[in-house]
Amino acid sequence: MIRMTDIHEAPPEPASIGAEQIEYLEQLARIRLSGEEKERTARDLSKILDYIEMLGELDTEGVDPLSHPVTTEPVFREDKAVNDDRRDAMLRNAPEHKDGCFKVPKTVE
Amino acid sequence: MIEYEAVIGLEVHVELSTESKIFCACPTAFGGAPNTHVCAICSGMPGTLPALNREVLRYAIRAGLATNCEITRDGKFDRKNYFYPDLPKAYQISQLYLPVCRNGRIEIGEGKNKKTIGIHEMHIEEDAGKLVHDPEGNCTLVDYNRCGIPLIEIVSKPDFRSADEVTDYLERLKTTLQYIGVSDCKMQEGSMRADINLSVRPVGREELGTRTEMKNMASLKAISRAIEAETKRQISRISAGKPIKQQTRRWDDDKGVSFSMRSKEDAHDYKYFPEPDLLPLRVSDGMIEEIRREIPELREARRARYIKELGLPEYDADILTSSFPLVRIFERTAGICGNAKEASNWIMTDLLKLLKDEQVAPEDMHFPEDSLGKIIRMTSEGVINRSVGRRVLTELFGSDTDPITYVKDNGLAMVSDQSVIETAVDRAIRENEKAVADYLCGNPKSLQFLIGQAMRHLRGKGDPQSVQKILFEHLEKRR
Ligand SMILES: [Zn+2]
Repeated sequence: MIRMTDIHEAPPEPASIGAEQIEYLEQLARIRLSGEEKERTARDLSKILDYIEMLGELDTEGVDPLSHPVTTEPVFREDKAVNDDRRDAMLRNAPEHKDGCFKVPKTVE
Repeated sequence: MIEYEAVIGLEVHVELSTESKIFCACPTAFGGAPNTHVCAICSGMPGTLPALNREVLRYAIRAGLATNCEITRDGKFDRKNYFYPDLPKAYQISQLYLPVCRNGRIEIGEGKNKKTIGIHEMHIEEDAGKLVHDPEGNCTLVDYNRCGIPLIEIVSKPDFRSADEVTDYLERLKTTLQYIGVSDCKMQEGSMRADINLSVRPVGREELGTRTEMKNMASLKAISRAIEAETKRQISRISAGKPIKQQTRRWDDDKGVSFSMRSKEDAHDYKYFPEPDLLPLRVSDGMIEEIRREIPELREARRARYIKELGLPEYDADILTSSFPLVRIFERTAGICGNAKEASNWIMTDLLKLLKDEQVAPEDMHFPEDSLGKIIRMTSEGVINRSVGRRVLTELFGSDTDPITYVKDNGLAMVSDQSVIETAVDRAIRENEKAVADYLCGNPKSLQFLIGQAMRHLRGKGDPQSVQKILFEHLEKRR
């Protein structure tokens, strides 16, 4: 679990994404990019950040934070269980399975 | 010699006992073959959308009200991103910025040891799947049945100073949550588990030491042992001038030691952001008041009522109200047999002994709620005698068999046929001349022995009063 304080302690991200940042994101997202992909991703992400930065120019004094653009009342689902067991069909999507379970590389505890 | 104290905080995960999962209609029932309680939503198929189970929000608010929390009026969900096989969506829907409840408290201890433990916050989140190591294939097998089961995480303030305080708090939290019906809190099934944050500091110092975390602890005994061992470990390191590393440790209860877990690099950068697939929550005064009215009589009030209105001894009332499964079975039993004191006696002596012998916690007891009441009623109606009743209880404990059927099928009904009892009494007298002689010389113990012998010939099913009466008459005839 993470606390509010942990969030505040995290270093602010630079507006422009460099190679180091891309490697960090690769690790977090568990993906591997080629050299060319890294460069392109860094360029794209920097552009996206610059674009979003424009919002910083607005004066938001006295404006409440908005967490969702839709303001209607939430719709709930009633607590009724329906067992839609389609395990075999679902497991067919997996590269490997065993004993009704998804089979993945050994995880380190 | 510097004296140290432990500073402990808890994060308790509690599975809510809703019928269906938090964002889909899959059942939450424990067990089930792997991946059979899974649908497109909880397995994270692309293009699916979550729909919040109404009861989850209501249960969380109920838990907050019962622990004196403030309820957040405008809440929302946040997305916690991490990549691990137990999480098919690669994010967990949780609450970071606006948890459903905040600033609660639970009182622990008795008398002058009374103490308030603060609850920092309580938030709603979804459970992850279960990973099982497969030694045969040297791989990991994933079961998503638990994925999407609603949880509340109850984060305490670092107010504990000892293992005893922690177990006291957990017991009380468990009792309260069971009373209000939001969770069964079965630790052995993992529906209540705790993460322990612990640091030590010299007594009197304000500043906190570096803390370690032990995750997913699922037994009170293990929690208590882990806290004691970790406190000792940290104190001995500090005393030896070695630093404490901030790390997650795994407690091995069999070995009685904890190990540092290989820390996943950057494991704490979850890139939280507001969950776009769910609308913000809005909790009205009306909703809070409605939920407040649903909270049943809690332990203290019920205990007082048992003493005052039902006339139970304080000790019995204390034990009976210590766990909601006991409250339920007591009230059901008293209702069926029509005698609260008798119901309490049977539970206090016979049922609790069975639970202890079998090492079963009341919430893990598998025993139909009306069985004990039926057994007591059969004894008070003279269908069976008390010792047969006790035997039926022992034999049916943990079974679904109806006691009335069981008594019938096994011919356990009380023998009150005079001629059958006379035959047994005759035999007891004939075979135990010495005991008869002793009795006639004035040794009352011999009478008990002879009753026992006659009962034995009746295979324990004799009507005790008739046996005693007939035996007495036969013996007196010999004077
Ligand atoms: Zn599902």
